[in-house]
Amino acid sequence: MYGIGIAKGLLVTLRNLFRTPSTVQYPEERVEQHSRFRGQEFSWYEERCTGCASCAKYCPLGIIEIVTDPSQQAIQDGDKYAIEKFDIDIGRCMYCGLCVEACPYDALFMGSGFERARYTRDELFIPMEELKNATKRPSTWFRPQLEGKGYDPQSGQPLGWKDVGRHEAPDYEAMQRRWADR
Amino acid sequence: MSVSSNPVTVNIGPQHPSTHGVFRLKVEFDGEEILDLEPVFGYLHRGTEKLAEERNYSQVITLTDRLDYTASMTNNQAYVLTCEKLGQIDVPERGLYLRVIAAELQRVAAHLMATGFLLQDMGAMGTPLMYCFRERERILELFEMLCGARITNSYMRIGGVFYDAPESFWPALRQFLAEMPEYIDEYESLMTGNEILLGRTKGVSSLSIEDIVNASISGPMLRAAGLSWDVRKSDPYDIYSSLDFEVPVGTQGDVYDRYWVRLQEMRQSLSLVEQCVSRIPQGPVRAEVPLIFRPPEGDAYVPIEAPKGELGFYIVSDGGISPYRCKIRAPSFINLTLLKEMLIGRKMADLVVILGSIDINMGEVDR
Repeated sequence: MYGIGIAKGLLVTLRNLFRTPSTVQYPEERVEQHSRFRGQEFSWYEERCTGCASCAKYCPLGIIEIVTDPSQQAIQDGDKYAIEKFDIDIGRCMYCGLCVEACPYDALFMGSGFERARYTRDELFIPMEELKNATKRPSTWFRPQLEGKGYDPQSGQPLGWKDVGRHEAPDYEAMQRRWADR
Repeated sequence: MSVSSNPVTVNIGPQHPSTHGVFRLKVEFDGEEILDLEPVFGYLHRGTEKLAEERNYSQVITLTDRLDYTASMTNNQAYVLTCEKLGQIDVPERGLYLRVIAAELQRVAAHLMATGFLLQDMGAMGTPLMYCFRERERILELFEMLCGARITNSYMRIGGVFYDAPESFWPALRQFLAEMPEYIDEYESLMTGNEILLGRTKGVSSLSIEDIVNASISGPMLRAAGLSWDVRKSDPYDIYSSLDFEVPVGTQGDVYDRYWVRLQEMRQSLSLVEQCVSRIPQGPVRAEVPLIFRPPEGDAYVPIEAPKGELGFYIVSDGGISPYRCKIRAPSFINLTLLKEMLIGRKMADLVVILGSIDINMGEVDR
């Protein structure tokens, strides 16, 4: 009989009328965000960074700019170069996380936010000073030491450079194997 | 009394909600009937193949996310499989299982989107699309757990996947697998028996197997016409040869069969994920491959079964750190080949329905 299919369909929509809504009222409520979420506002720890520029080299778009000075006193843990410039242009960033994967010293982490919208492209540029002073809630993406601790960037405390953990400093052979094993 | 009319040329697109992206059709109408048409593409051309030549092998993975942006996981999979064939890399077992889980979830998500938009094009404003997106959203949440991104995943790496799934992923996946078949039943009772849908889709744009094979069309369009051809069966990659699944086929090759094949494929994909979850082994997920990957000189082509058809990457290596040439066989682009045969002589209202049933994605068509 004609119309049975439509009646069955209407029963489905009727059932859905009494389901709990699957949407949330965003600015007031938020959906649960997983700790691996690759977000904006990179967490960069100057104390760990040696200025090796692995991240800049591995970035598909080349948006990380690093300038180092070997003549100056190094402040960081790895003791290599003084970093004069570490700028990220997130206006062109696609949040693939390859820079984080490349960092051998665990100095760079993905951020966890998603609300750094601005009116002009210039404001999307993050200079080194801002990276230094930002509140750091690093994402656990590609950082098993944070995930092992059960750290949640949304509810957890901001982490300092001593809290984020670190692999052992890689030796020359390990770096060779990791980067250019031929 | 006869009424004479002049043909009218109408521009559909490039910005039109029913063309699924920036696709332009110049159509010549006589009243309601389509006399002639000319498809125009290239509005989303980003030169992916050329860009791949100046990035190293790992960086190209991020470009493949943006080909068919409704199915990033399968794009990743096709690319890394080709690189592994070039470099003759053995992937750890657990990595292969995780890849298949991700790819099959992606197939469900892509088919949900295709079905939702097909119904939307047919005039079912909103309701089925919202239902489909509700479930797609849960798959995207699973992806966020797995790799930190919902659409542009970049999950797979040459030699496996980037990292093992977190602990919280497995209970969430099991819950999804338990609830999803019920939702598919719900779509079926909402849509499959609906008289309006049957009237709009049955017998519309039927194509014979010969035509489809000659135009090298693949995917749900080919299977809807009745040929049981699936790369996962005919040329198994990853671990598909050890998994048990059926290839649903249609009979007529019309819009309805394409819709039906997609729904049945979702069920098969869910059973594939279930099998993977029940027998996934412990162990490493990624082979030791240096970040700057240098395959030996040579070339490789690997096809896989993407949600839209056979997706293949052909990569030529000159021994350097980036591909010498990277050719992409994009299923959406080749599935558009028979557009004229399907559309000429049909009515205006069928146009958007047929276009919706092909399930094109402009990111992949224009590359």
